[in-house]
Amino acid sequence: MSQVVDPTAVDGPDDVVDLAVLDEARVRLSTDDAVLRLSATEAEERSGYQPPTDEGLGERMIMNMGPQHPSTHGVLRLVLELDGEEITRSRPVVGYLHTGMEKTAEQLTYLQGPTNVTRMDYAAPLFNELVFSMATEQLLGIEVPERAQWIRTLMCEVNRISSHMLFMATNGMDLGAVSMMLYGWREREELLRFLEQVTGLRMNHNYIRPGGVAADLPDGWEEHLDGVLSVLPERLEEFDTLMTGQPIWRDRLQGVGVITAEEAVSLGATGPILRSTGYAWDLRRDLPYLCYDQLDFDVIVGTHGDSFDRYSIRLAEIRESIRIVRQCMDKMPSGDYRIQDKKVTPPPRARIDESMEALIHHFKIFTEGFKVPEGEVYVAVENPRGELGCYLVSDGSSHPVRMHIRAPSFVNLQTLPHLMQGSLIADTVAIVSSVDPIMGDVDR
Amino acid sequence: MSEVTEGATDVVPTEPEVELLHGVPVTDSLGQQVLHPTREQYVPLVEQLRSEGYWMAVDLCGVDHLLTPGRRGLPTGTEPERFEVVVNLLDHRNRRRTRIRLQVPDGDAVVPTLFHVHPGLEASERETHDLLGIVFDGHPDLSRILLPDDWVGHPLRKDESVGRIPVQFKDPTASGGPRP
Repeated sequence: MSQVVDPTAVDGPDDVVDLAVLDEARVRLSTDDAVLRLSATEAEERSGYQPPTDEGLGERMIMNMGPQHPSTHGVLRLVLELDGEEITRSRPVVGYLHTGMEKTAEQLTYLQGPTNVTRMDYAAPLFNELVFSMATEQLLGIEVPERAQWIRTLMCEVNRISSHMLFMATNGMDLGAVSMMLYGWREREELLRFLEQVTGLRMNHNYIRPGGVAADLPDGWEEHLDGVLSVLPERLEEFDTLMTGQPIWRDRLQGVGVITAEEAVSLGATGPILRSTGYAWDLRRDLPYLCYDQLDFDVIVGTHGDSFDRYSIRLAEIRESIRIVRQCMDKMPSGDYRIQDKKVTPPPRARIDESMEALIHHFKIFTEGFKVPEGEVYVAVENPRGELGCYLVSDGSSHPVRMHIRAPSFVNLQTLPHLMQGSLIADTVAIVSSVDPIMGDVDR
Repeated sequence: MSEVTEGATDVVPTEPEVELLHGVPVTDSLGQQVLHPTREQYVPLVEQLRSEGYWMAVDLCGVDHLLTPGRRGLPTGTEPERFEVVVNLLDHRNRRRTRIRLQVPDGDAVVPTLFHVHPGLEASERETHDLLGIVFDGHPDLSRILLPDDWVGHPLRKDESVGRIPVQFKDPTASGGPRP
């Protein structure tokens, strides 16, 4: 069961693991045979029956699951080595959605950057834009206005709810609670409608940009958002009735896909996977960015590190995000929604008609882009799936030398073989679903 | 080697003295601590930092500086090379980050693996190998991860072409000219 940890408690992670335990886990993880080390081609060639080997392994079967499989949420391929019904070794094979977005980023200006990165984690696009914009702003050495910070916080939390709703829908569908799929999509759609009202698009918003956000919140945004938020709590109660308390649901998830805190830390897993082990680490609380240090919310942790904990953490995080959004609505200051720096943000449309200088600035920004001082920076934010980082290197021109995204889904996928070892093949779907990988983020 | 605590250089000295941590030069990049080990110091340094609380290796990536051969913020004594391997470490208890920038020469792009220190870097090292062609010596399974196994080249290298393919939106001959 999930529990709430006092956000002021400083000794959160320390209680759960220490270095000796970590050392032990590291040895186990780097020597155990949970990972089936076959290349994609080898796995294809060797698929099927495996006769007993000299090392005492019995009969095995190598099976390819995916990349086209409804439960893999995109194009994730799993190579499974089976002993009867039991998974002995496995490996995720990724790359089917790779489109070289990091290379593309080197061809684009910093202003065009958010259009590119927003397509990575398509379930939580605003976080991608946020992390890229924050990295660019840090290189530029600019501080965005307070209202822009609050708008960003608000929009990201709405996006977090919609992303977790997507998880609720797909997780339900994967486990046979098909009505949950409809409920999850319905709630997500209402949140996307709000995002559409503000940004103009349901997904791939390109709303958060270096220097602030693209546009101010539209008239009537509070009523719209309030309407959405007021129906959510009762809908979440329905989710509880439909799933959380159900014996079938619990049997399907509890004790399935267990990971310990030391394994999660050693494997670099973040987000709900790390927190499900009882390890209270959330960047919003521990290394605050935006306005999170002025907000009151709890970090949700689990105790068993199983699929059920990961499910209930996400459900509880929706409730926490609703709290955060409410506080953002109350505290939303007035002011500029983007920095008034003519070298970074385009001048207001009306100024272009009357000022030659404004026209030149506008033209320069959209043709050449703005120049960013030489330097390198790493910025990280807490995305619904874990730590989303951006490493940005600039040589002083208007295009980045290197833009690397630390994708939480990509790193979290490494836990899959360890979660699945020894479990039944029927639980594969439950485990993959509980890791909640977004393949666009994995492959970039 | 003398150990100097971080944050000790508030005043910028005229003759830049290189600050050291575990014998490794330290610089500051926009408020973030950056370490510049040699390839010999690299693995022992990460191991040492891990025992001091940097339990999680968050990220590893590579950078190709073929077109930007300048000093790019490196301390005196560290020679810039074509490739850089960048590792981000995170200390949960003290809530701090540090970054390692390792210079890797073009002709000998081999780096010892960190897999045995941080097993979670396995996929990131494979990705860096795949996209930049840096070899991680001792890695258990250095195969391509994002690109197909039979792919030739390493696309994130700066001398690798972007490979623009001209897109034909409409075949002018098929429909017999422009639409009415």
